[in-house]
Amino acid sequence: MNAPVTDLVAPSSDTATSPESDFVDSRFTVPGMRCAGCIAKVERGLGAIAGVEAARVNFSAKRVAVHHASAITDDDLIDALRKLGFEAERAAENPLARDDGEQRRLARALAVAGFGMMNIMLLSVSVWSGADAITRDMFHWISALIAVPVIAYAGRPFFASAAMALRYRRTNMDVPISIGVLLATGMSLYETLTGGPHAYFDGAVMLLFFLLAGRVLDAMMRSRARSGIAALLGRMGKGAQVLNPDGSTRYIAAEGLAPNMVMLVAAGESLAADGVIVEGRTRVDSSMLTGESEPRPVLEGETIHAGMINLGDPVRVKVTAAAQDTAIADIARLMDEAGQSRSRYVRIADRASRLYAPAVHSLAALSFLGWWLAGAGVYKALLIAVSVLIITCPCALGLAVPAAQVVASGALMRRGLLIKDGSALERLAEVDQVLFDKTGTLTLGEPRPVDLNVLDPQGRSVALALAQASRHPLSRGLAKALRAAGTEPAALDSVSEEAGQGMQARYQGREVALLRPEFEVGGLAVDLLIDGTRTRLAFSDPLRPDVRATLAELSGQGVTAAIVSGDREASVGAVAKDLGLFATHSMKPAGKLALLERLKGAGHFPLMVGDGLNDGPALAGAHVSIAPGGASDVSQQAADAVFVGERLMPVALALRVARRTMAIVRQNFAMAAIYNVFAVPLAILGHVTPLVAAIAMSGSSLVVVGNSLRLARAAGRASEQA
Amino acid sequence: MTILGFLIPLALIMGLVGLVGFFWAMKSGQFEDLDGAANRILIEEEEEDSDDDARG
Repeated sequence: MNAPVTDLVAPSSDTATSPESDFVDSRFTVPGMRCAGCIAKVERGLGAIAGVEAARVNFSAKRVAVHHASAITDDDLIDALRKLGFEAERAAENPLARDDGEQRRLARALAVAGFGMMNIMLLSVSVWSGADAITRDMFHWISALIAVPVIAYAGRPFFASAAMALRYRRTNMDVPISIGVLLATGMSLYETLTGGPHAYFDGAVMLLFFLLAGRVLDAMMRSRARSGIAALLGRMGKGAQVLNPDGSTRYIAAEGLAPNMVMLVAAGESLAADGVIVEGRTRVDSSMLTGESEPRPVLEGETIHAGMINLGDPVRVKVTAAAQDTAIADIARLMDEAGQSRSRYVRIADRASRLYAPAVHSLAALSFLGWWLAGAGVYKALLIAVSVLIITCPCALGLAVPAAQVVASGALMRRGLLIKDGSALERLAEVDQVLFDKTGTLTLGEPRPVDLNVLDPQGRSVALALAQASRHPLSRGLAKALRAAGTEPAALDSVSEEAGQGMQARYQGREVALLRPEFEVGGLAVDLLIDGTRTRLAFSDPLRPDVRATLAELSGQGVTAAIVSGDREASVGAVAKDLGLFATHSMKPAGKLALLERLKGAGHFPLMVGDGLNDGPALAGAHVSIAPGGASDVSQQAADAVFVGERLMPVALALRVARRTMAIVRQNFAMAAIYNVFAVPLAILGHVTPLVAAIAMSGSSLVVVGNSLRLARAAGRASEQA
Repeated sequence: MTILGFLIPLALIMGLVGLVGFFWAMKSGQFEDLDGAANRILIEEEEEDSDDDARG
């Protein structure tokens, strides 16, 4: 995942010295790819550009990898993608996707365990159906030859984790698993050597197989959510165009920026470092940083901070502080501290195993003692103790939680909510209060035209054609609103963009333009010019379309909602009154965090929903947190889940599905317990043969998985009601 | 019973071939883009060589 920080040549300068044969790879995230047609369009469209050798789409990750001549810049490619109809961003180094290796290791172990299980079972079936004497011994030997390497390989994830737990004098689910598997293997080897009748190789390998299946499901769920979130990341100031002394520009990633460099910040770009404006005046949107929704005018000589978005004219900004020293760094420190409490949360499977492991081990020890004292001999007593361990080994427990959570997170993902891990679902189920940030969370966080009805159909299609050719935030908001209203773009000639002024073009021989108002107006606005006739379009940041429905759904679930915003009293008050919510305004990041700590201290389980950098500490400190897909990278990484799209309903849906999931998990635990009530006495009485163990284990696992699958339907019903 | 001397190794070898196949598939990135693979079948082929390109 190397970010394309290649030597990029400014489009204006032709001083590229690199030879034609010099090829580089670049990666872009293209979130808009949704169908097979998009794959073909992107790959063929990019492939048709001279100098592009190959383009390959990864549809799952919503990325495209381009192998191209170094004379083509990333910006050229982004432009090309935009002409094809796709918004694209440079793919950044993705901090969330690094532990893909874990999933691969587990998948390999699962494959090996599956291979071993099938082949040993093949032999075991013959033994169970009556093979004896030399045939049985030979089959046991072959089983041992397969089982020992398979267990050594496939058992490593459990052995390693158990060893780690024991080293710190703790216990976890992996300790009884490891002891069970190792004892069963040792026991069976002894049986094989002495020509005994019972070998449990099949049971031990099957146990590993089912448990690994649970782990793989768990890892899959996390990596799926990660790649979904990774596709959203990287929209913020990851770097900047920096002016060279000779007047050319080059792209430098945020980590490479140093004080005194001069950045060119175009309209719509977000700042990658703190700095002072040295040339130009503009308006900045600082909602990510402070939650304020009103754009603020800034003049030459004023300081602006990383994370702010330039809404107006292009400006030159001299870097004063980069990377670790920016205003964001304070927020990052707060987040680190806030995130600590989260890691103390104990997941339900671990809570279960704390009760379960001592119970199982004492049962096994007691049956050994009992049989031994009753005069059964050490060997017989040990055999029975091992069969108790195997039969109670938590196949169903190991699957109970991940199976339910994977089904639930898959169902939620299809409805626009990406959950990072299973523990988030467990915490979501406990939520009794929701705190919403205002700007970007309850509202869209993007300027949208207040009223499209001021335009006639022709005006709309001209406006859309002009707006979609520009990356300015107002143009993008206008284009989105028009597309949502079903407008088709008009065919324009000679479209040109003058930075800071607007778009100009010709339409059926007439001059058309989308310009900023000639005089400063309150709030944001653009003028549409057709043949000299000006139409003003005012912009505001509207509420998400289904805010009311979502709040109703939440209160139906018995969850109270409130607003915590960094915005000023006037704008927060209006929204709060409109929605009938309790609200606090002008909150600093530390204030939001303190409020959450107070709630947690009072025994509540607050859910924080927020998008800005200023929400980062609150997102990290809340019991559980959700960020919208348009949120800052920091917030998306701090949050437990991310919802995409304009609707807020996934938040309410998440709570409903999480509660349903935990109900299913409890049912699964109950089933596992009932199974043990019947199986354990059999094992203690010495009636459990390898055949009985195999049937019991696979049977209980199937029941648990089947029960979890019911969630997919339940989640579907929940979303219909919602 | 001598047939066992043939059948058991055969079963093992077939299993191993599957296992090696899976390892190869994982290593060569066959599972990297499952949704993409499902969708690509719907793309109509225009040029013949449009899909054997370098993956980055």
